[in-house]
Amino acid sequence: MQRIIKNGQVVDETWHLLPKDTTLDGLSNCDDLIVPLALWIAHPNALKARDGGLGVWLEAGEEIEEIADHLDNFQVIALNFPSFTDGRHCSSAYLLRSRYGYKGEVRAIGDVLRDQLFALKRCGFDAFALREDKDPQDALKAFEEFSEVYQASGDQPQPLFRRRA
Amino acid sequence: MYVYDQYDQQIIEDRVQQFRDQTRRYLAGELSGEEFRPLRLQNGLYIQRFAPMLRIAVPYGLLSSTQVRMLAKIARDYDKGYAHISTRQNVQFNWPDLEDVPEILAELATVQMHAIQTSGNCIRNTTTDQFAGVAKDEIVDPRPWCEIIRQWSTFHPEFTHLPRKFKIAVNGAVSDRAAIEVHDIGLEAVNNAAGELGFRVSVGGGLGRTPVVGSFINEFLPWQHLISYLDAILRVYNRYGRRDNKYKARIKILVKALTPDVFAERVNAEWAHLKDGPTTLTEAEVARVAAHFVDPAYQPLHDQDTALAQLDAEHPGFARWRQRNCFAHKKPGYVAVTLSLKPTGTAPGDVTDKQLDAIAELAERYSFGEVRNSHNQNIILADVEQTQLFSLWGELRELGFATPNVGLLTDIICCPGGDFCSLANAKSIPVAEAIQRRFDDLDYLFDIGDIELNISGCMNACGHHHVGHIGILGVDKKGQEFYQVSIGGNSGREASLSQILGPAFAQDDMPDVIDKIIKVYVEQRSDEESFLDTFRRIGVAPFKERVYAANH
Repeated sequence: MQRIIKNGQVVDETWHLLPKDTTLDGLSNCDDLIVPLALWIAHPNALKARDGGLGVWLEAGEEIEEIADHLDNFQVIALNFPSFTDGRHCSSAYLLRSRYGYKGEVRAIGDVLRDQLFALKRCGFDAFALREDKDPQDALKAFEEFSEVYQASGDQPQPLFRRRA
Repeated sequence: MYVYDQYDQQIIEDRVQQFRDQTRRYLAGELSGEEFRPLRLQNGLYIQRFAPMLRIAVPYGLLSSTQVRMLAKIARDYDKGYAHISTRQNVQFNWPDLEDVPEILAELATVQMHAIQTSGNCIRNTTTDQFAGVAKDEIVDPRPWCEIIRQWSTFHPEFTHLPRKFKIAVNGAVSDRAAIEVHDIGLEAVNNAAGELGFRVSVGGGLGRTPVVGSFINEFLPWQHLISYLDAILRVYNRYGRRDNKYKARIKILVKALTPDVFAERVNAEWAHLKDGPTTLTEAEVARVAAHFVDPAYQPLHDQDTALAQLDAEHPGFARWRQRNCFAHKKPGYVAVTLSLKPTGTAPGDVTDKQLDAIAELAERYSFGEVRNSHNQNIILADVEQTQLFSLWGELRELGFATPNVGLLTDIICCPGGDFCSLANAKSIPVAEAIQRRFDDLDYLFDIGDIELNISGCMNACGHHHVGHIGILGVDKKGQEFYQVSIGGNSGREASLSQILGPAFAQDDMPDVIDKIIKVYVEQRSDEESFLDTFRRIGVAPFKERVYAANH
């Protein structure tokens, strides 16, 4: 079982991340599922009718606006990083938190590494499924790297200049 | 200049620890080379031809004498005794060991310096006019705005992995010495009819493979909204800039693809959500930052025109130096002095540890303890009393800084090129030197007058060849180094890109080629006409004809 970081702690993963080509056929009714965006767009009602938890995941090029009007349906929104140097979903996470007021879990998946976690958390991510060869326990240190920041972002709506003593 | 408070200091000290640990993990094999690469790049650390190159940030080019001494110390202790002033007003070291970099950063942090975001696909050092705060033609001092942008851009969590690098420049004067129109974002501080301060905003300028002059998308952005508007531009770029091809990933490609008007609409739509939010700048914050850039304790002095003219008459060398290397100051009795880092035989922009120490001392004795780096790769003492000019000139001559060539043909902007850089297609320093040697007659140089010669060793264009009045680009043809020549570029107001003359030349031919171009200008110019104006009048054809005539 994969271990992921949630709210600053390493926990067992209980959600199933379904691949991109998933169809409704044989979809579990009770498991907690994170489905690809395309499946949600094709079958929102069928997915909502299930008993298990529902999450959705987006590729780096897929826009958060696609689900912005349906956020209440998702306990988890997972945003995929094809490479840790692809920063598009940093903006998606910011928008989810700051513009659309999403309170559920925003999870980073894909090429997620320790040295990006501090910034990702700032943008609004609160869960991180690290790349499988990396140790999530070790990665927790990333959250303590900086004790102060300049900008407003998903985690801190007030920029430093409004907080300076 | 800006002085860190406890917050600023804490952030760079945390950064030192973070990078120390990243380097340790890389050396211990916990981070792969591929994983470490973006981390070291965002700290200005390149792996070069012979050794790593470390680029230190010099925010908007401003340095205290204490900082200059620290750079001298680093050059001595960790490098081969010299440093290089870059075309982004930063300082580069060519020979540090990777293992030493954390310690270098720790030393820099003791003097409020760092190497944050001096490379990588993030927001780079914001640049400005080297004469900011002292220029007679200044309308708004750009330095507080540069510092506000520095703080906003430092570790901006959303914009640390942009499609490509991102450069911002600010100008506040009538002349544009900051080349804002060839930056990803160019900001021109202006006052509107009501006397309120704001910014004209240009986007999508840039050099590199696809040089583009930027488009102004906002004619007056009130100052309060500077940060929210920058956030809006960066968010549109971060989300929609191309990531499939690094040569098409700069914001200029996005602006072009959408058209500037549509891009502006996108920015405005995004900005509508942010405007008047918490990132709106406050008068208190601007005043806090601006308080660091008030005038130093100028004495009530008078201009020394008569006395200086007399010295000119007695010392022709002084007269020449004053004509080229001194810049008019807003305060009577003061003058800004450019130390030329372009004597023949030295790589343009290079300076030794001893020279750096000497510059620090000169700054303290002559110029309130501060210096500026220019994007032309020279160093400026901005606040020199005119009565001390003659004695300063004497000291500068001893130190090798008094070559009277600022703005002349031999004041060449030049990247490190193939001698150091692993990206380069060709060497650039030897070409610069060969041209300097050919044009060794000062009378002739003075007669040619204002001209910018810029050399890049590859199409990444660190030497800004597209905006040189004469631009030289090193190219690789089947493993051999050749040089493409273009003319008519201009980085100032109404920026323009240079036109390629034709087929490239061998390295040995370069002094002759430049010589022919200059001869066409000298023959064709009318009275006081500059090279650029002559080119604009007669076009590229006469230059082409002369340069390629011998080959037919």
